[in-house]
Amino acid sequence: MWKTILRRLLIMIPELIILSVLVFILSKQLPGDPFTGSINPKASMGQIHHLMKINGLYDPWYQQYWHWVVHLLHGDLGNSYEYQEPVTAIIGSRAINTFWLALLTMIMTYAIGLPMGLYAGRHEGKLQDALVRIYSYATMSVPFFVVLVIGCWIFGYGLNIFPTSGSVAPNATGFFPVLLSKFYHMILPATLGALFATSSITQYLRSGVIDAKNSNYVKTAQAKGVSMNNIYKHHIMRNAMLPIAAFAGYSITGLLGGSLFTEQIFSYPGMGLLFLNAVNFRDYTVMTALVLLYGFLSLLGTLLSDIALSIIDPRIRVE
Amino acid sequence: MDIFKDRLLSIENVNTSFKMDGKFYSAIKNINLNINRDEILSIVGESGCGKSTLAETIMGLLNPEEAKVSGKIYFNKKDLIQMDEKELNTYRGIKIGMIFQDPLSALDPLKRIEEQVAESLLYHTNETSGERHKRVLYLLNKVGIDKPDLIAHEFPHQLSGGMRQRVVIAMAIACEPDLIIADEPTTALDVTIQAQILDLLKKIQSENHCGIILITHDLGVVAETADRVAVMYAGQIVELGDVKQVFNNPKHPYTRSLLRSMPQNSTIDDHLYVIEGSVPSLKKMPTDGDLFAPRIPWVPMSEHEEHPKMHELDSGHWVRCTCYKNFYFPDKDGSAV
Amino acid sequence: MKDSPILLKVKNLRVHFPVRGGFWNRIIDKVKAVDGVSLTIRKGDTYGLIGESGSGKSTTGKAIVGLQDATKGHISFMDSDVTKKSARKKMNYNHDVQMIFQDPELSLNPEKRIFDIIAEPLRNFEHLNNEEEKIKVLKLLEIVGLGPDSLYKYPHQFSGGQRQRIGVARAVATNPKLIVADEPVSALDLSVQAQVLNFMKKIQKEFDISYLFISHDLGVVKHMCNHIAIMNRGRIVEIGTREDIYEHPLHIYTKRLLASIPEADVNKREEHHKNRLEVEKYYEQNKDKFYDENGEALPLIQITDTHLAAIPKNMKKG
Repeated sequence: MWKTILRRLLIMIPELIILSVLVFILSKQLPGDPFTGSINPKASMGQIHHLMKINGLYDPWYQQYWHWVVHLLHGDLGNSYEYQEPVTAIIGSRAINTFWLALLTMIMTYAIGLPMGLYAGRHEGKLQDALVRIYSYATMSVPFFVVLVIGCWIFGYGLNIFPTSGSVAPNATGFFPVLLSKFYHMILPATLGALFATSSITQYLRSGVIDAKNSNYVKTAQAKGVSMNNIYKHHIMRNAMLPIAAFAGYSITGLLGGSLFTEQIFSYPGMGLLFLNAVNFRDYTVMTALVLLYGFLSLLGTLLSDIALSIIDPRIRVE
Repeated sequence: MDIFKDRLLSIENVNTSFKMDGKFYSAIKNINLNINRDEILSIVGESGCGKSTLAETIMGLLNPEEAKVSGKIYFNKKDLIQMDEKELNTYRGIKIGMIFQDPLSALDPLKRIEEQVAESLLYHTNETSGERHKRVLYLLNKVGIDKPDLIAHEFPHQLSGGMRQRVVIAMAIACEPDLIIADEPTTALDVTIQAQILDLLKKIQSENHCGIILITHDLGVVAETADRVAVMYAGQIVELGDVKQVFNNPKHPYTRSLLRSMPQNSTIDDHLYVIEGSVPSLKKMPTDGDLFAPRIPWVPMSEHEEHPKMHELDSGHWVRCTCYKNFYFPDKDGSAV
Repeated sequence: MKDSPILLKVKNLRVHFPVRGGFWNRIIDKVKAVDGVSLTIRKGDTYGLIGESGSGKSTTGKAIVGLQDATKGHISFMDSDVTKKSARKKMNYNHDVQMIFQDPELSLNPEKRIFDIIAEPLRNFEHLNNEEEKIKVLKLLEIVGLGPDSLYKYPHQFSGGQRQRIGVARAVATNPKLIVADEPVSALDLSVQAQVLNFMKKIQKEFDISYLFISHDLGVVKHMCNHIAIMNRGRIVEIGTREDIYEHPLHIYTKRLLASIPEADVNKREEHHKNRLEVEKYYEQNKDKFYDENGEALPLIQITDTHLAAIPKNMKKG
């Protein structure tokens, strides 16, 4: 298994190279440059040209790419054009925020989705099932950003119970107050994100439960005199969880995608917001580094899914 | 009386109907059947005749929202049909064990063999986990598995079909039940394995002095294994008797037709006998009269009873309806089979 | 049948499946599904290929129809080599060689009407106009005992036996010379099985078809086939006429198979059971003599004109 994991990680390298080349080329195709909007308006075209030139932005893309790769291998992702700080430092501080937000979203998603899916599957075709389904379809059919905007408006501005921007209150000092304030800032975006993400988990789990409960091994267990409650606990749940485990790693991609919306609407200083800004300001170094990171995380997610599945399903061996 | 001492199960007037599109359709009708200790009773019939429904009715495996059951099924003078899940579970797995057709799907793919065989011991005995472990190895050995400690540690997909069926049998006999219901236990297996499994069932029956209900569509399996046989057609028992009575002297037109359509009973140039028409679907099943009458249209209606009953011919040999009396095959003289 | 012309000749057919593993996922082993099968089907034959699951009988059938590439060996059909896909394509091989599958539920496209299902091979190989095509399909349906009202129905509207008859109708649509029938009646009830077998015999006479009849059911094969090959672990262990196989079986595996068929005569069951236990004992004691050190069957040796068996040379007489 370790061999396979190592092999999968090695296979990621060419995938990431191809991804980075594509991103590099595409980002250079974007009109505009990183300097025009950000330096002294009185700066002449000549000065901008000069800046472009010393930053190597007139070189052919492959030379720029090569330059970038050589630095990357030295652990240097360059400086942000916008912030004039090392890219690694900027992404580092933002990534932690996104990580915590994503983690909380994920926990809440499973905390809401798993019981709902199990409940709906067990009471298939009854009122309980219908209610869960209505909820699922409702969250599935409303666009994510609409949910966010409405949620932000009701709970943030209307009821005024949650903050609507930032990741921590500016006046919070001391370890615990800061921690508490960070958590407080995450609750609303995480809850809204989770409400939105549950529908797929609920549906997967519901159909997993229905499949499992109609399976022959459930009949066998019944014939062995095992009570239905124990059958749910020991046979149906685990089997119904298989698709969820397969789905868990992939959901990293969804969380990262969702963070673009969430962080924008809640002005939450994470990677998503950073990425959108980087695109707006043609901050090439930040942009490419982030895309590479996103790519790496998605690939890692699929690997994690495969590993998780192979651990709970003996029929699948990572070999 | 002696008979009642050995009686394991009495099925009295059992009907099961399934709900389809809001209406109930009868799948088995007025089943009356007894099974005694030390005997193998075979229930034989083609797909859709209700033999598996009967097994699931006995075991209480049918979802009460989809199926309606009436009648009485006495086990130790207690009616299984009247029991709730909790009471039923003091019989299932302990007094009555069941073996299913497809051993792969009958086993939970995510659990090791040991855990699955030990499951009924876990719920029905006070054994410690060490005792259970020993008992699992004993059971696997008993069903003819050579290296029980290795097999116990495997997952179902790692075993061959025959091995899996042995495991399923080990699960069914874990608590030494008085009655085993085997629903097509060899259908998914190769013939050489089938022979071994049938031998195993016989061995278990004689060692444990239990009764076995063997459900199958294979007349060869019946002829080789059963003591008594009940032939089912369209949800009814049409012929019941000692296996020699039924095979040597089949009476009901359906039994005779089935035996006649076996390739084993014909030579190469013979056309195989084909029963006319087909079994009606549940929804189109007539509710009264001889259900087999449409398949033997050359027999005049006057030969059939209006409400076909079971008639006893010799002791223990029963046949439904009166149409058997003058029955003949139209192509040959009726004595062929 | 000895004198009728040779239709299909399979020589030393091997189908090996690679097993991958190791760090670079390279081929580290192979599964020898079919390992050196040779057989000859003559015109008018119903050739039975018997084996248990995993014996390679279905893979052999697929390789003959062209659904599975041969790793090695030759298949010739009416004296032309059809081992290669290009050769098969060139001579419209599947116009002449068709297949009937085990499970009609899986082999009929559920979204197509019966008309289109049966007409498909016609559309591939024969260029009929709509009118001719319809007449032909109706005739085929009539042959397998289905009325014109079935034309525009879908497979799920038929019973298992009817679906298998539709499969038969599709297979005979192009007037093939050979039909490979892979367990055509295993999924069917006894009475329905009789019906399908009768149809297969009927169209054999009517259209002059030969069959390769693949089955695990020795009762059915005995009824249908005049030539029989027994497959075990990817190889043929015994070939002969029906009498050779059923009356004078020589290979230990054939004997074991025959002894395992349930005896339909209740009066003989004790005798049959005793016989089976004896054969089983003999099998356990002597099986090593019939396989080489790798567990592979021995080469076939000629016993009589028609009878070959993979037995040790010193057993030939005795």
